Amino acid sequence: MPKLSREEVERIARLARLRLGEAEARALAADLEAVLGYVAQLEQVDTEGVEPTAHVIPFATPLRADEPGPGLSPEEALANAPAREGTAFAVPAVLEGEDEG
Amino acid sequence: MAGPLGSVVELGAALDAGETSALALLEAALARAAAVEPDLQALRGLRADAARAEAEAADARRAQGARRSALDGVPIVLKDNIAQRGEPTGCASRILEGYRSPFDATVVARLRDAGAVILGRANMDEFAMGSSCENSAYGPTRNPWDPERSPGGSSGGSAAAVAAGIVPAALGSDTGGSIRQPAAFTGLVGMKPTYGRVSRLGLVAFASSLDQIGPLTHTARDCAWVLDAISGHDPGDSTSLPEPPLLCAEALDGDVSGLVVGLPRETAGLEGADPRVLARVQAAVETLEGAGAKCVEVSLPHMRYGIAAYYLVATAEASSNLARFDGVRYGHRAQGAHSLTEMYERTRSEGFGAEVKRRILLGTYVLSAGYYDAYYRKAQKLRTLLRADFERAFEGCDVIATPTAPETAFPLGAKADPLAMYLSDVYTVSANLAGLPAVSLPCGFEDGLPVGLQLLGRPLEDATVLRVADAYQRLTDFHLARPPEPA
Repeated sequence: MPKLSREEVERIARLARLRLGEAEARALAADLEAVLGYVAQLEQVDTEGVEPTAHVIPFATPLRADEPGPGLSPEEALANAPAREGTAFAVPAVLEGEDEG
Repeated sequence: MAGPLGSVVELGAALDAGETSALALLEAALARAAAVEPDLQALRGLRADAARAEAEAADARRAQGARRSALDGVPIVLKDNIAQRGEPTGCASRILEGYRSPFDATVVARLRDAGAVILGRANMDEFAMGSSCENSAYGPTRNPWDPERSPGGSSGGSAAAVAAGIVPAALGSDTGGSIRQPAAFTGLVGMKPTYGRVSRLGLVAFASSLDQIGPLTHTARDCAWVLDAISGHDPGDSTSLPEPPLLCAEALDGDVSGLVVGLPRETAGLEGADPRVLARVQAAVETLEGAGAKCVEVSLPHMRYGIAAYYLVATAEASSNLARFDGVRYGHRAQGAHSLTEMYERTRSEGFGAEVKRRILLGTYVLSAGYYDAYYRKAQKLRTLLRADFERAFEGCDVIATPTAPETAFPLGAKADPLAMYLSDVYTVSANLAGLPAVSLPCGFEDGLPVGLQLLGRPLEDATVLRVADAYQRLTDFHLARPPEPA
């Protein structure tokens, strides 16, 4: 069964933009190990030369004319914004340590 | 106490005969909800006033002889992950608290065009991740057949609302069994159409290569009416098949003579199969044989790897799809963060529940550098082998019959171990991995709880599985049973 170190779980959590408490990280590591242990049975299947399935019903990628159509107005797009400035979504400073502006 | 509403066909007939009105049906639905909801918790939000206006409009159309469809004036509920313009779409998650959709999902637009009255939203496992409805951030829905048990999931609220007679039909979404398993647990018909049959525009994405919207109803005919109304090509969903809307209802001729039903020899060997459930499925196939169908054994050697492949594909796609919930444009935002990264991390950690975090982490892991080939790509290859299994099997049969779930509805709290919960989907994930149409319908009872029969068909043969389901319901009366009235 694959072993997941706490550092490995914390690395994945950072990639997924999640912060885990110590107990949460420990519990999730155990859960993930159990699931990865279960899915390891796929190694028994010979998939040499098998094409992966990208779409279950093969058909050509649909194309459309590059013409502008109706979309959301700025007010509609911003209606759910947790914070806004004018017609923009406001977020905290991108660089660490700067004040929310 | 306000009594349960009947089936879609019954209500449609009463409307056509002038015995009732859309407004009267809506008031009956609201009264029923008021009576059963304190125990059931099937619904996340009612839009009584807006629905009254829609019902009055439906009655006005009928009065002028301008009824839009058989569904005109029929009340319906939608799973909380299907967008309605101006209404909350919450996915039963804290992270979408306060969010209101700026547009209608295509299925909602089509239901409105058909005249259906949208009563409200149904509870679900958070982001459709779960098989019991216990992962809702707002608490579980209870099973109308036994309030100590789960209605299944993730479309458990949709299932409970129909089973309890609040509405005659609901829409759910099915990524690995999330319509069919709740249908089995609550004695309903629940259908996952062929992948691409029903537009996903406006369905909050969980695993894009697996997700499909479908109906939950009492009968196969009800299911056909709803599916016909919502299916068909949508230019707004590039995975939507270039096919016209389905015409399943007219295919329901009750005739199964000469039909060949395949029984996979691997069925009984799958994890957790209850022999009583297997016996009910066997008996259901014998009922079809009595009406002229033929039964053959088929083999799906890769079916046993379905859960493993499913939890790799579904979590990988979920980790990508749920990256959008970052507190910038909508939904919850953590307060007091000093940087953008901190805001992302705290928003997501506060907003997502345990199962959603578990799946995002698993999906991030299997897509991360060095693991992609071993996990995601391997699982996508397994899908190819599974599709080939089905192609071979369908050379010798028209539909394949299995149990929907390995057991009847389990008690709330019975599956605390995530892996044990995942195995509830052992019979259902194959249809999603292979893109096939599959329906669950009631085929008996064990200890007072419904047992579900699953019928799978060839890709695009949605009408065939519904035709067989309807024929079975003409021969049996399990679909007429209703849960006990609450005390």
